[in-house]
Amino acid sequence: MSNRAFAAVAFASALALIAASQLVTNDYYFSAAYTVLQFVILATAWNILGGYAGYVNFGSAAFFAVGAYSSVFLYKAAHPPLIVMIVTGTLAAGLLGLAVGYLTLRMRGVFFAIATLALSVVLYTFVVNWDYVGGARGAYILQPRDLPFGLKRYIQVLYAAMVLMAAFALVVARTIETSAIGRGLAAIRDDELAAECAGVPTLRLKILAATVSGALMGMAGTTFPYYLSYVEPSAAFNLSYAVNSIAMPLIGGMMSWLGPLLGALLLGTVQQVVQVTVSSEWNLMIVGVLLVVFVTLAPNGIMGWVEAWKRRRK
Amino acid sequence: MPADFPTALVLNAVVAGLLLGGFYAAVSVGVSISFGMLDVVNIAHPAFVILGSYIAYLVNDRTGFDPIAASIVLSPLFFALGMLIYRIYYLCFEKRGQESLRGLAFFFGILFITEVALVLVFGVDYRMARSAYSDTTWRLGPVDFPMRLVVPFLVSIAMVIGVQLFLTHTFFGRAVLAVAQDALALRLMGVNTFRVKEFAFALSIATAGVAGAFLIVIQPVQPSIGREYIGLVFAVCVLGGMGSIWGTLAGAFVLGLAESFTSTFFGPSWAPAVSFGLLLATLAFKPAGLFGR
Repeated sequence: MSNRAFAAVAFASALALIAASQLVTNDYYFSAAYTVLQFVILATAWNILGGYAGYVNFGSAAFFAVGAYSSVFLYKAAHPPLIVMIVTGTLAAGLLGLAVGYLTLRMRGVFFAIATLALSVVLYTFVVNWDYVGGARGAYILQPRDLPFGLKRYIQVLYAAMVLMAAFALVVARTIETSAIGRGLAAIRDDELAAECAGVPTLRLKILAATVSGALMGMAGTTFPYYLSYVEPSAAFNLSYAVNSIAMPLIGGMMSWLGPLLGALLLGTVQQVVQVTVSSEWNLMIVGVLLVVFVTLAPNGIMGWVEAWKRRRK
Repeated sequence: MPADFPTALVLNAVVAGLLLGGFYAAVSVGVSISFGMLDVVNIAHPAFVILGSYIAYLVNDRTGFDPIAASIVLSPLFFALGMLIYRIYYLCFEKRGQESLRGLAFFFGILFITEVALVLVFGVDYRMARSAYSDTTWRLGPVDFPMRLVVPFLVSIAMVIGVQLFLTHTFFGRAVLAVAQDALALRLMGVNTFRVKEFAFALSIATAGVAGAFLIVIQPVQPSIGREYIGLVFAVCVLGGMGSIWGTLAGAFVLGLAESFTSTFFGPSWAPAVSFGLLLATLAFKPAGLFGR
């Protein structure tokens, strides 16, 4: 399928999902779907740098929080429309991604992973000490009253935005994967030195991947303040975003855009169910256990099983 | 020196920084072994420290036994846990040559599981251990020496020196250093490097368990504070030059002093940024560390 056809299919399904949601009356389903889709974006975005290029980013929460806090900042400053917040947050997180991309110049493997974790804590400390956006106390955000397109509740607007953003993230990831960029990133993942010798512009590709990955993660966070109506640093920088955005691609499979999507849909849905039926601590426990089990027993994730099954049938 | 220069404040910050640094050395010495010498990126190390805190708390709460003494008695338990974890790690990742990305994710998962398990068992309240010396403070002129910092400091320094002596003066310790230098050469000479690494990794987890008891003597503990120490232990380890025990001690003092001065003069809410900021700066500008080879 060509990229243009894929984009058409992705956005058509997104519109269909939004249209179908008009039949749903229970608000809980919107909020559950919102959370799952948010993880689809995070997992897809993480996979662009982590899966395609092999650079493990432990700082997903930092990018997510940059998106969320840029929205809080804009809300406090000017109350712009949602679309302005989304674009601004995406760009801000992209800038952070650019900086992280430059880190890869000097750091490989483990050191890069630890540096991203460190980055996340440094940013957290800054936000805690930044009073304008609420500091440690957090900030209250009121959802706008006037709703577009005759929608009845604001959560529907957020859901629609999330569906479209998820489709966008998938299209971006697949475009990268099937292009020369994706092949270059795969070469970096397999052997960076060899790739460099073969003439792959490694630094430029890594910076590109880090920027796009960061921007998309930030995008997932931009609507977060409106979703919760209240943002505090420990919610926006929650470690569970980092764990989930690593666990989901690992469980689904990291070689293609389909893996993170599958992983996020599966793990996200399981978490929603457990959160409602058992407790939110157990839901985190399940993510951790699944991550460890998959990484030890099924290193290539669900897509790895599918590939093995296909090979056996031939 | 200006007349209003806060001498007492500075002196207290120096003492607090050094005392804190001793504790940081105890937390980081295990990472110096696992990460610095064995190339096992155990980012779950702080989680084992917190686990040690809670076990010391449990013993202290039920029997009134001194938390630090309890943790030393119970350290074989942590040693066994370390052996188990290294075995899994070896079989699933090291043997298959997939340690980098998947090994990291594995330890990240362990960190998360330990934290959530502690939340499920103990809840998110802060816990504190009581000991005979918790409330005593020595005063030397204007300078305070709180015993809850001095005792962990002394025991950690003893532990770090003990580890160094073990590594340099015993046959098995030298084998660990040899693995750190060139594991392949050792294998060619017929040494079972798995055994050596397993032992060394188990030792690193045992030090984490004891360091956990120091932590709960020093301050109240809550399951998620372990994360704050991830940056710290790696900062100390990288700052001191990977795998050097003396370097770890020096790096720990540098960080202790830096944090103590930051919280004295800028407020405690900025302290976490220090260790992670230093770590980022070291990684970006001087990856070999202050005392690196």
